[in-house]
Amino acid sequence: MDLSFTPDQQAFRAELRAFLNENLPARLSDKVRRGLRLTKQDYEDWHAILNARGWLGVNWPVEHGGTGWDAVQRHIFEEETTAAHAPRIVPFGIAMLGPVLMAFGNDAQKAHYLPRILNGDDWWCQGYSEPGAGSDLANVQTTAMRDGDHYVVNGQKTWTTLGQHANMIFCLVRTSKEGKKQEGISFLLIDMNTPGVEVRPIVLIDGEPEVNEVWFSDVRVPVENLVGEENKGWTYAKYLLTHERTNIAGVGFARAGLSALKRIAGEQMDGGKPLIQNPFFAAKVAQVEIDLMAMATTNLRTIAAAAAGQAPGAESSMLKVKGTVIRQTINALTRQAVGPYAAPFVSEALDEGSNVEPVGPEAAMPATQAYFNNRKLSIYGGSNEVQRQIISKAILEL
Amino acid sequence: MDFRLTDERQMLQDSLRRYLTDTVTPDGIAAATDGEAGFDRTVWDGLVEMGVPAALFPEEQGGFGGAGFDLMVVFEELGRAGLPAPLLETVLVGSLASSEDLIAGQVATLAHAEPSSRYDLSHVETRAEQADGAYQLTGRKAVVPYASATETLLVSARLNDKIALFQVQPDAVQMRDYPLNGGGRASEIMLDGAAAQLVQEDAMDALHTAFARATAAQCAEALGLMEAIKALTVDYLRNRKQFGQPIGKFQALQHRMADVLIEIEQARSAVINLCGHLDGPERDLHVSATKNLIGRTAKLVVEESIQMHGGIGMTQEYALGHLAKRLTMVDHRFGDADHHLERFIRLAAA
Repeated sequence: MDLSFTPDQQAFRAELRAFLNENLPARLSDKVRRGLRLTKQDYEDWHAILNARGWLGVNWPVEHGGTGWDAVQRHIFEEETTAAHAPRIVPFGIAMLGPVLMAFGNDAQKAHYLPRILNGDDWWCQGYSEPGAGSDLANVQTTAMRDGDHYVVNGQKTWTTLGQHANMIFCLVRTSKEGKKQEGISFLLIDMNTPGVEVRPIVLIDGEPEVNEVWFSDVRVPVENLVGEENKGWTYAKYLLTHERTNIAGVGFARAGLSALKRIAGEQMDGGKPLIQNPFFAAKVAQVEIDLMAMATTNLRTIAAAAAGQAPGAESSMLKVKGTVIRQTINALTRQAVGPYAAPFVSEALDEGSNVEPVGPEAAMPATQAYFNNRKLSIYGGSNEVQRQIISKAILEL
Repeated sequence: MDFRLTDERQMLQDSLRRYLTDTVTPDGIAAATDGEAGFDRTVWDGLVEMGVPAALFPEEQGGFGGAGFDLMVVFEELGRAGLPAPLLETVLVGSLASSEDLIAGQVATLAHAEPSSRYDLSHVETRAEQADGAYQLTGRKAVVPYASATETLLVSARLNDKIALFQVQPDAVQMRDYPLNGGGRASEIMLDGAAAQLVQEDAMDALHTAFARATAAQCAEALGLMEAIKALTVDYLRNRKQFGQPIGKFQALQHRMADVLIEIEQARSAVINLCGHLDGPERDLHVSATKNLIGRTAKLVVEESIQMHGGIGMTQEYALGHLAKRLTMVDHRFGDADHHLERFIRLAAA
């Protein structure tokens, strides 16, 4: 048992910190810290900065242009980048599709797509969920019928995060209606500029068009865009989901959120004293801080096991549940902290350089928006109820 | 960063678990609690023979362990077995006075808390007076574990506005001995000019260290109790049938049990945090964080496990009851969840 990082790991952290100090534009970290809206260009700028240093493919092996970092290094990277208020790495190409292509794609696909993910030629989005396939993902109804050298795709995807920025989408499509529903699914790469693809924004309760519906009407997709074998897509989808779950605990986000909460509660006055000195409020903040201290160690225990070669299993379900509940608790307390100024909603004030003044403290509106937005945390990536089901089956064997 | 046990600790854990599985029985615990000492002497002697007390102290104190993770290994196993024994007292007394006799198996205890001190370490009303070079103590001490069986009795008292530590002959005080919820015995101690030998004149820092170490040990014991309760409950969910199927097939219970599991993993992480920081500058912050989390989790585990068992969980005969009571009592020693939440806020703001 040893809770400390090795000298090598500490040196790595120092190197990261120096890099962020020098290369993370203040413009970007300022927007992230203040909870302002990030544009497509903001994400692309940050990706390019990381890519120039060879640090964009965080979870990729060196042979594909990635960092080759182990689980502990990736954890340190997450800690340092969130603490520095860097934008997140958009996960769809890097964290999700990349590993699937490396594991199941053919050589031509790897040679074509992987470099384009790194250099920003492609912005990928995820075509998994459908109106009838949420937690029950295997129930996908979007069809891909073979027609010569093409598949003809028809159907609808939904909850497609940042699909409005994307030029490519990886999809689960039904290529067979025989057998179990998991058995007829294929994994298909679709160019969103193909005729018949239509993206319609869905505005969420925070007022942001973060997700989309993507409609397919007779969309012709070349057969070479099939990943792996036809009807084996469910295997690849599950593989992707285990990668989606790296860093699922969101310790870095939680820490950044907690320090913002403490700062805001130190500024907001309550009966002539800073709110953080209200014993009832302080008790709630302290309790979530204590939960986070333990969860950070639960996370490290999983990471240490992964670094020692153990595959992430149902432990990630525990981290998903606990991590999301902690983040949502922090969001709720931050909303509570801003008091009456949680109510005003002036969307334009969230744009960089907007000449619209925020109403009340600058932190108020982003706090409220983050609260509403992060209700998603316990729903997406397998709802927390689905995670409890996984725990019940895989760990408790009930 | 490494969360595996060293080979030595792994061996200690394995042999301790084997030994306790073989020797600790519900009947034995009940008999010992009703007996004079409040613990099973034979099991105790076996622990001493295995070198368990020596694992609690560093080499310079005659032991072969003494780190936070040594405490964790030993007390998690004690908890798993639900064994009442005066080993937390060994940790306390060994941090304050010589550990030599303790390693040889001597039973010792610390009388510090008083009827109105609750969990405040600095609240001591017992007075020490000096006459002709000798000290005499007058006051009252509350819920002193295993006092009736102790060979060494340490007592705290005010001496010239400082809190000092004394050794008192157990037969020089009046005791009212009683059994405890969750097993073991304790006493109320009345001191009426009891003759005492000064051990330490200004003992507050030493007391803080001793209580930090004992709290870490007790939190590890709580973790072991949680693991034992979890195993019983999961087993019950798999085997108890109602409505024609194991009750563990019902989603309402599956989700409750999943939450219990998640919180027990949190508790393990909290114990690791405390044991890893026991000799560091943030010790007290971690003491309070961990004790708060353990207190909350203990309540959840106890209440959920009894609920999921149903009627059988209410019976004295079934193994859960003893473990649940023992785990509940963890929040009643060294400060409860609220006490430590308040202390955490104070320490974190400092």
